Amino acid sequence: MDFLNAIILICNYTILPALTYGSQLALGAIFVTLIYGILRFANFATGDMMSFGTMFSVLLTYYFQSIGISFGILPTALLTIPFAVFMMIFYMLTIDKLVFNYYRVKKSPPVQLAMVSVGVMFVTQAIIRIIIGPSDRRFLDGEKFILKASEFKEMTGLNEGLTIKTTQISTILITIAVVSLMFWFLNKTKTGKSMRAYSDNEDLALLSGIDPKKIVLITWIIAGILATIGGILYGLDKSYRPFVYFNNMLPIFAAAIVGGIGNPYGAFLGGYVIAFAEIFLTYAYKKFFVYLLPDFLEPSSLVQFLSTDYKFAISFSILVIVLLFKPSGIFEGKKI
Amino acid sequence: MPYFEGKNMTAGYGDGPDIISSCTINVNKGEIVAILGPNGAGKSTAMRALLGLLNLKSGNVKLNGQEISKLNPQDRVKKGISFVPQTRNVFGELSVEENLEIGAHLRKDDTKEAIDEIFNLFPILKEKKKQIVGELSGGQRQQVALGRALMIKPSVLMLDEPTAGVSPIVMDELFDHIIKIKKTNVAIIMVEQNAKQALSISDRGYVLVTGKNKFQGSGNELLNDPEVRRSFLGL
Repeated sequence: MDFLNAIILICNYTILPALTYGSQLALGAIFVTLIYGILRFANFATGDMMSFGTMFSVLLTYYFQSIGISFGILPTALLTIPFAVFMMIFYMLTIDKLVFNYYRVKKSPPVQLAMVSVGVMFVTQAIIRIIIGPSDRRFLDGEKFILKASEFKEMTGLNEGLTIKTTQISTILITIAVVSLMFWFLNKTKTGKSMRAYSDNEDLALLSGIDPKKIVLITWIIAGILATIGGILYGLDKSYRPFVYFNNMLPIFAAAIVGGIGNPYGAFLGGYVIAFAEIFLTYAYKKFFVYLLPDFLEPSSLVQFLSTDYKFAISFSILVIVLLFKPSGIFEGKKI
Repeated sequence: MPYFEGKNMTAGYGDGPDIISSCTINVNKGEIVAILGPNGAGKSTAMRALLGLLNLKSGNVKLNGQEISKLNPQDRVKKGISFVPQTRNVFGELSVEENLEIGAHLRKDDTKEAIDEIFNLFPILKEKKKQIVGELSGGQRQQVALGRALMIKPSVLMLDEPTAGVSPIVMDELFDHIIKIKKTNVAIIMVEQNAKQALSISDRGYVLVTGKNKFQGSGNELLNDPEVRRSFLGL
């Protein structure tokens, strides 16, 4: 019984949250890796682009609520995804046309494009502040829990409860759906294959008659879908605060680099590596050991490796370690 | 009138000096033409000019009597001029089959048939069609490169040093393949370092020196020309 309690405890406080957080990071990391692999620069506006898409979802959710549209037990925000994605893609294509395109045509070095993306980041932040302001907003509605701790305890008779939040399940399911769709697109369709070819060998792709404009367009469309969905899922799970998205860029870049930058499979798995590392290393295991160990071995401290305040230090350390020892990423496999 | 001709081409990179000046190269369907010459003679540059990868300062390029000097490389590919670069001539992270599919990117019809034709020409590729090209041997990779270029059913095929860095046995094999391609009524222009072997399979050859036509003639003529033998073939 104690053993089961310990397992449930770990599931509830680490595995389930890490799967959720990992999915959100994975979407962001695939976004970074796609832009890096195809458009060939590190996009520092990643976090704020995710925030930008989420902002539309927040506003639309408020609007939908005001006119009485809801999505049953699921958050209304999920209904706004198509509209928010559309606005995001529109914004990205506008930025690309106004800013990135100029440097791409000039064949500027990647570092210059990365610096340009820092500029885009500041502009995006400003636009977000003008439209919605910097404050914390909750836009989650519908049923909060699919399984409540008390219900679980009643069902199983265990001491520990397992809670499954609606946002956790929807995050995991939506991520699986979006990512499988994306990999199917990249591996099986003609356009997807030409994107991979363009990423692998740009000159030969051009000689094969692949239209670079179309590749850029499709890349931003996929990027817009990933960024918006990732942002909305994160915002639903935690809350929508524009600055947090900027901070999330560190774990997102760490995930992309751990997976081998340019490799979407790696980025996907990298998201979970970072999330699990962050949560496993900042969780206080005291109760877990209380269940497992005999009374006289009971730990007196919290058995927490690092305080949660240091969670960014974990992604940063992983980033540094990977760059030092395995800069091509820890996952073998083909690049985009 | 030759099928594909670059006439009196003068070109260089950017604002730099002319690499080729008044250079003329032509080829007919079902013919192999070799471009030879010492290092820095402008062989590859001449080929790049024919493909439109650099702009001509003077001269013109004609395909089947039609002026194409102003077209960019992609549009020339659409006209049926296919190019195999010397390096990075395959998609190393894609499978053999995907490489061939990308080669057929411009074709609207079903690519299955075209892929089967390539597999008939290069049987080894059929066995390895699911394999990632980066994992293949040098000779097999060159076959993928040739296959990719042939997927658009080109009328002109340009090869930049197709046998660079492969063993003599593989070289002979590749030349056999090139002869097979020629028999499908394709006009082939190739730049080669292995001058003797290249001339022995070529119908005609051009020897460039400092960007100008120095000698030209049939493969045998060049092979037997004492000056060409002494200066370029090392015989």
